[in-house]
Amino acid sequence: MNPVLKLLIEGGRLTSAQMAQVAGISEADVDKQLEQLRKDRVFLGWRPVLDLSRESAAAVRAVIEVKMTPERGGGFNRLAERLSRFDEVESCYLMSGAYDLLIFVNGPSLQRVAAFVSERLSTLEGVLSTSTHFMLRSYKEGSFLIDAPAGEADRLKVSP
Amino acid sequence: MKRFVARHVAGIPKSGIRDFFEIVSKMKNVISLGIGEPDFDTPWHIREAAIYALEKGKTHYTSNLGLLELRRSISAYVEKGYGVGYNPEDEVIVTVGVSEAIDLALRALLNPGDKVLYHQPCYVSYHPSVTLAHGIGIPVPTRADDGFALNVQDVEKAWEPGCKVLMMNLPCNPTGGTCDRARLERIARFAVEKDLIVISDEIYSELVYDGAHTSIAVFPGMKERTIFLHGFSKAFAMTGFRIGYACGPAELVDAMMKVHQYSMLCAPILSQEAAIEALARGDEGVKSMREQYHRRRDLMVSRLNAAGLRCRAPGGAFYVFPSVSSTGLGDRDFAYGLLNSQGVAVVPGEAFGQNGRGFVRASFATGYDQLVEACDRIERFVNTAAPCSAPSSS
Repeated sequence: MNPVLKLLIEGGRLTSAQMAQVAGISEADVDKQLEQLRKDRVFLGWRPVLDLSRESAAAVRAVIEVKMTPERGGGFNRLAERLSRFDEVESCYLMSGAYDLLIFVNGPSLQRVAAFVSERLSTLEGVLSTSTHFMLRSYKEGSFLIDAPAGEADRLKVSP
Repeated sequence: MKRFVARHVAGIPKSGIRDFFEIVSKMKNVISLGIGEPDFDTPWHIREAAIYALEKGKTHYTSNLGLLELRRSISAYVEKGYGVGYNPEDEVIVTVGVSEAIDLALRALLNPGDKVLYHQPCYVSYHPSVTLAHGIGIPVPTRADDGFALNVQDVEKAWEPGCKVLMMNLPCNPTGGTCDRARLERIARFAVEKDLIVISDEIYSELVYDGAHTSIAVFPGMKERTIFLHGFSKAFAMTGFRIGYACGPAELVDAMMKVHQYSMLCAPILSQEAAIEALARGDEGVKSMREQYHRRRDLMVSRLNAAGLRCRAPGGAFYVFPSVSSTGLGDRDFAYGLLNSQGVAVVPGEAFGQNGRGFVRASFATGYDQLVEACDRIERFVNTAAPCSAPSSS
């Protein structure tokens, strides 16, 4: 795997200079590769991994299973791309199995998410049905355990 | 009460690490590079296997040699990874870490007064283990200028009549030293010529960064005179599980088993179950940890050299062993000074034998950011090194 991409996945907020040292290449090379990854649409952007339940104004999140009618020529793509443009939609995936699209949405309140589903999503032509599941609690977010104790495990401070 | 303590036990000096540990453990905000174990927790799938085994009521003794399923896995792992085949029925014994395996091997092999060659600097237990088995340890020096590899000329020079065993640990704790194939082959020839048994502690062999690891057991005439020691602590980050193993000729394994069955009985079953899982599905985890150690090694070596502490990139393990002579301080003074003025703990080289004098061991089994901070502090210390005396050694 591209070493810069690997470092991106592992996270850790490295600067280009740090990445260069870690990957054993020059800083200019790191920048070049980052630019290429952006151009190839492999590297889409930065997002912090947050546990928003600790925020008082916690957002409501839901997963929605959507069944829809595919179109001749385009399958599910046109509708999926259209759905994805809504700001409420965090992620959108075409799935195998009992439904077609799996959509992760968020909103400031339950009412707002419900309104998005009933007024925007289910009224779209081609959407046959939706099934909305509100998330109650998160245990792991973007590979981070939510309630795992922070810091170093209890190692002896000096050992042979 | 001292008069009741056996002479050979009383004669063993206090561990140089122990008194240092006492001081460090009372201090706050210390970045410790003095830790000889992985900072990673054991990969979850391995821990989960131990939990599952506990749930299933696997709480009993196992065979003295260890679970046959584990011995089979070990045999396959060693054959694939090291190119030496051992019969799981009678050539493999599961032990409580490599530490127990060393003790078993020495007690099984040595008559009082038998001599054991071992390289130095070396792991802290080597000399005491020989003494406890009523043997006589003979150190063979290794040197910084060739990366602390073991050279046959030095082994030849140290050899004397009565030498029965050559004990080695490559990659080496504390130096990170490794041995290339050619050097190792010359040592193997010497072992055959002098009829030595080789106890080869290869606990760090998955953590090799440049080139491939070679076991001394692969050379002609060596399998029958090598006790291959390995375990799960370092590569699989399983130190607290205390699980290791020895492979060797059936007669020797049988002799080790005699000591083991009357002293330990068997290794803990939960650790054995976890070890089976580690060998079955642990490769990815090992690879990922090795890559992280590799990056940290490169960071440490470049930063320490830039700070004026000369060190070569260690070929394996997770330690750098820089010389502190450029600071004008001895290793103890350096370590105590660094600890007191900058809050960074490294282990004075003398803890690993006389040949470690003038060096310190810095472990890079610590997070990358912590290492960067530690290197900044070391650099500050070297630049301002106001020698700060260590308390006199007791």
